[in-house]
Amino acid sequence: MPLLSLLIFLPLAGALLVALLPRERASLYRWIAVAVTSAEVILSGLAYAQFDRGQAGYQLLEQADWITLPMGSLGVASIDYLVGIDGISLPLVLLSAVVMLVGVVSSWGIHGRPQAYFALYLLLTGTIMGCFVALDFFLFFLFFEFMLLPMYFLIGLWGGPRREYASIKFFLYTLAGSVLILLVMIGLYLSVIDPVSTAVAAGLIDSPSDMTAEVLRAVQFQLLHGQLNPAQIVHTFDWRYMADGANYLPNSFLSIFGEVSIGGMPSRMLAFWALFIGFAVKLPIVPLHTWLPDAHVEAPTPVSVVLAGVLLKIGGYGFIRVVWGLFPDGGAQYATVLGGLGAFTIVYGGLNALAQNDLKKMIAYSSVSHMGFVLLGVASLTAEGVNGAVYQMVSHGVLSSMLFLLTGVLYDRTHDRRIDSYRGLLTPMPQYATLTAVAFFASLGLPGFSGFVGELFTLMGGYQSTYLPGWITAVSVLGIVLAAAYFLWTLQRMFFGETWVRTYADDATQAIADLTLREQWLLIPLGMLALTLGLFPNLVFGLTNSTVAQWMLKFVE
Amino acid sequence: MSPHLLCILIPLLPLLGFVVNGLGFRKVPTSLVGIVGLAGPVLAFLCVCLLWGNFHAGNDAVIKTTLFDWISVGEMHINFSFQIDQLTMLMLGIVTGIGSLIHLYSIGYMNHDEGYGKFMAFLNLFLFFMLLLVLGSNFVIMFIGWEGVGLCSYLLIGFWNTNTSYNNAARKAFVMNRIGDLGFLLGIFTIMTTFGSVEYTDVFEQVVGMDVNAPVILTITLLLFVGAMGKSAQIPLFTWLPDAMAGPTPVSALIHAATMVTAGIYMVVRANVLFSMAPLTLDIIGGIAIATALLAASIGLLQNDIKKVLAYSTVSQLGYMFLGLGAAAYTAGMFHVITHAFFKALLFLGAGSVIHAMSNEQDIRNMGGLRKSLPITYWTFLVGTIAIAGIPPFAGFFSKDEILAHVYEHSKVLWALGLLGSAMTSFYMFRLLFLTFFGEFRGTDEQKHHLHESPLSMTLPLLVLAVLSVVGGFMNVPEVLGGHSVLAEFMSPLFDQARQANPALFEANALDHGTELMLMSISAGVAIVMAVVAYVMYVRNAAVPAPDSQVRSLPQQVVYGKYYIDDFYDRLIVRPVRGLGDAFYSLGEFVIDAVVGGVAWSVRSSAGVFRRAQSGSIGLYVLLMVLSITLFIALRFFNWKVFN
Repeated sequence: MPLLSLLIFLPLAGALLVALLPRERASLYRWIAVAVTSAEVILSGLAYAQFDRGQAGYQLLEQADWITLPMGSLGVASIDYLVGIDGISLPLVLLSAVVMLVGVVSSWGIHGRPQAYFALYLLLTGTIMGCFVALDFFLFFLFFEFMLLPMYFLIGLWGGPRREYASIKFFLYTLAGSVLILLVMIGLYLSVIDPVSTAVAAGLIDSPSDMTAEVLRAVQFQLLHGQLNPAQIVHTFDWRYMADGANYLPNSFLSIFGEVSIGGMPSRMLAFWALFIGFAVKLPIVPLHTWLPDAHVEAPTPVSVVLAGVLLKIGGYGFIRVVWGLFPDGGAQYATVLGGLGAFTIVYGGLNALAQNDLKKMIAYSSVSHMGFVLLGVASLTAEGVNGAVYQMVSHGVLSSMLFLLTGVLYDRTHDRRIDSYRGLLTPMPQYATLTAVAFFASLGLPGFSGFVGELFTLMGGYQSTYLPGWITAVSVLGIVLAAAYFLWTLQRMFFGETWVRTYADDATQAIADLTLREQWLLIPLGMLALTLGLFPNLVFGLTNSTVAQWMLKFVE
Repeated sequence: MSPHLLCILIPLLPLLGFVVNGLGFRKVPTSLVGIVGLAGPVLAFLCVCLLWGNFHAGNDAVIKTTLFDWISVGEMHINFSFQIDQLTMLMLGIVTGIGSLIHLYSIGYMNHDEGYGKFMAFLNLFLFFMLLLVLGSNFVIMFIGWEGVGLCSYLLIGFWNTNTSYNNAARKAFVMNRIGDLGFLLGIFTIMTTFGSVEYTDVFEQVVGMDVNAPVILTITLLLFVGAMGKSAQIPLFTWLPDAMAGPTPVSALIHAATMVTAGIYMVVRANVLFSMAPLTLDIIGGIAIATALLAASIGLLQNDIKKVLAYSTVSQLGYMFLGLGAAAYTAGMFHVITHAFFKALLFLGAGSVIHAMSNEQDIRNMGGLRKSLPITYWTFLVGTIAIAGIPPFAGFFSKDEILAHVYEHSKVLWALGLLGSAMTSFYMFRLLFLTFFGEFRGTDEQKHHLHESPLSMTLPLLVLAVLSVVGGFMNVPEVLGGHSVLAEFMSPLFDQARQANPALFEANALDHGTELMLMSISAGVAIVMAVVAYVMYVRNAAVPAPDSQVRSLPQQVVYGKYYIDDFYDRLIVRPVRGLGDAFYSLGEFVIDAVVGGVAWSVRSSAGVFRRAQSGSIGLYVLLMVLSITLFIALRFFNWKVFN
């Protein structure tokens, strides 16, 4: 069964189905969405079951020729439909499946145009999955760009009062990042050959299945010494080939020998920074983050959940897979700057969170701070740091989903997100208060919950790194004090003291209601998941270890 | 039962209590709450007793139990595993023993409270984390317990959460402890980087043979000590502990006196090999410890809240424990942990009994003459006071004296300062005793009417603890008094590696018996004199501390205002950090958005220029198309290399 393709195309088919369904069947939209996203959870579970965790390379590969175009002296253009997973993408695929399901269930109360909403939502689901399983840069980029469309509309149509400003800001930021990624993608394409197809084109072998290690070496040798006929060179977007320095054309734009420089800077370093910025917008990294608080504040709850739970992770995934994965030289050379940016993001996000009076904004800034740990972990170039970064993404995905759902619970009741509009909520809403406290403590890194492990390992990686100076970790650690400060202060302001709710202040007969059954069913499993991951971190590390170990080999020199 | 099973059961039993009472809050009937809540600690205590039976001191008595491989990343493995040795056994005894008594007491103290079930659940959870802390066989498990007890401390300080100042106290405790935890965490990272493991046995093995005062060891020990400063309330991270008295009194007794706050001492003794290799760190610890002991004791002299006096006394006594550790007298430090657990728990529970009887009055200026209505509380409180003041032969005398004797070997100045602190201790404790239990009753008539001795569930723990406070000292009677230093013998194997690693630190510099006796008589004499002074002032002359409205002399005002350290922190740290957050939010974000907006604006303006090209004139389009095609053909024809 082509599991990964199903993961991508089932939601797309679902989106089509919702879009085509007549209006009279409106009640079916959300059930279709639930069915599809549940199927996604099952499919990703199957992928998990089939995954061999001891093996480092890509698994469950599916490949099909898509576009092949001879371009004369420019060689042959080849774009493949190529999907597969490894230990870095699998945890994120699992996370996405779960978060997308949670998002659908929390969309129950969405107002207006359900058909468009659920169609776009399912479209988003498919493109997100595509991003995590695509192994061809072109294919990835297609999904990456396509994801913007449903996201733009989901914020822009179903959002709050300033939704247009927020959605355009989101769109422009991400688009600017995409342009940079696109430029580097083209540069990479022109610089990298597909040794297998080239061997076939050059007549060294008859068909790709005859490929051996010797032929590979022969092709790469001829490439290095300029013995290949330019017309027979097959260019590729395949990340597997891009990740191998031996497949780069000498003297090409991004040649690993770094002959080309632009404005005095080696082109590979420029490309590294361009890619970094492209993905740093998504994560986000300060100062490329200002779209995030606005987008979160305006987005409806389920979209916030998806945004924080999954979309941000594409940034971190891009770091590991593309930015550092294809340009390890850049990652090694600029480690200090990058780690410093991570530390700055952690502290800057934390301080901003401290200054918020809007609950959603507070959580948005705490997300910024927590994503700083991802950058720190990756920049450390240690096994601890990189594994920790993936773990932190999974953990944050679960916890931020929970936090945004909790915010939504309150907003649904009062349409007021200001922290100072509430006092003493513990009394009327004990369940809500308890779960919020759990989510807050889990997020501030209390051992036992997942947040702790992610922070522990990214920090440990930062500390142990031979690339990063010690002060970077020392500064980053401040993030966990700030997290305690802003989460506990918020907890105190909203939940303790004498009960007072601004919305109901003038009407004593009204009281704020505790969690409904559906809300419980969303929040409790997420809390349990954070606890399970925190108690058994090897559930994630078991998947990532081998892959990261192989990934690290790029940096051993 | 096998020791492995036992040491899994010990933390598990209170955890079960937490789960039942926590999930079943408001569903479990009140009568059952107490039984469930008490069962966990008592059964755990029984398990500890059974474990003592299995435990053969003397030989290499380390028992390790690995539950599972907790984290494996790259080359690093962190096991979820427990380790039983002499130190663990002592801590287990204190935590479950005193813990059981305080749980029993809580049933009497809290059963009318609305949140009774929640309270018992939190106490159980605390016990679980505390047991994890002392059972763990590596620094990471210790850290888990460390943070966990911090959580419970937070939950219990702010237990009555409608009161804002209680909530502030809870938050302050957690955040201040987090600052200490940063040090602990960085210490763990340094250990990990240096030794490639966080397992005690692996790390300590490698320390032996390193250089004394090696920079890396200094770094590790100082960072770990920063963690200890937070949890054990040493300067500069001590101000949370007096505020923590906002919690219900059993919490103060269990968490903020007997167990959690001694975690820092436990940590240093646990890592004694590391600390012994860093005499410089030990000197720093000694300096901070004596400063803390004196500062807190001096504040205690003028406090009028019964629990605040005890709180400052706790900070001060913790200072004594660290003072012992600073002189590498690890056994003496642990000895004081044990005796202090007895008498300080006793004093807090006694104070709770008083507060209970006085209808939640805590100001000693409104008490007086309570010994008639609260005889059991009075007599046990008296025992506790004598014990903490260091009057022989009660428990505090032996342990404090042992610390002071070791400090004397080390530095006579420190010893003199320690003696000064001990004089203050004796004074403020007897002041507290006399103002509370002697003289005339100074409260309202209604309070007087309600005065009553507490129920058995509260007085029974008092009696048990009083007995322990009397006899507790005999576990380590020095040779000069004809004893055998049983505790020192028992704990001796813990320090084998340290002795091997840095023999110079332990070189017998023992005092001769004459000096030792002299030191003892001096400290006992000072304590008794100060008790008499307090008697004269507060009983004979019946002095009552001035009301807050009265103007105080400047030095008095400074001490009464706790040296304004809280205000200092507020101005120096809290407000600047908040200000920075506000500045980043209002200014930083504004600037970034302005830049982004500027870019967007310039793109739009330049788009205005290019838009003119989109004139809609078909002719222009065709022209551009033809030109482009020509260009491409030319490129192709001349085989120009565009990209390579």
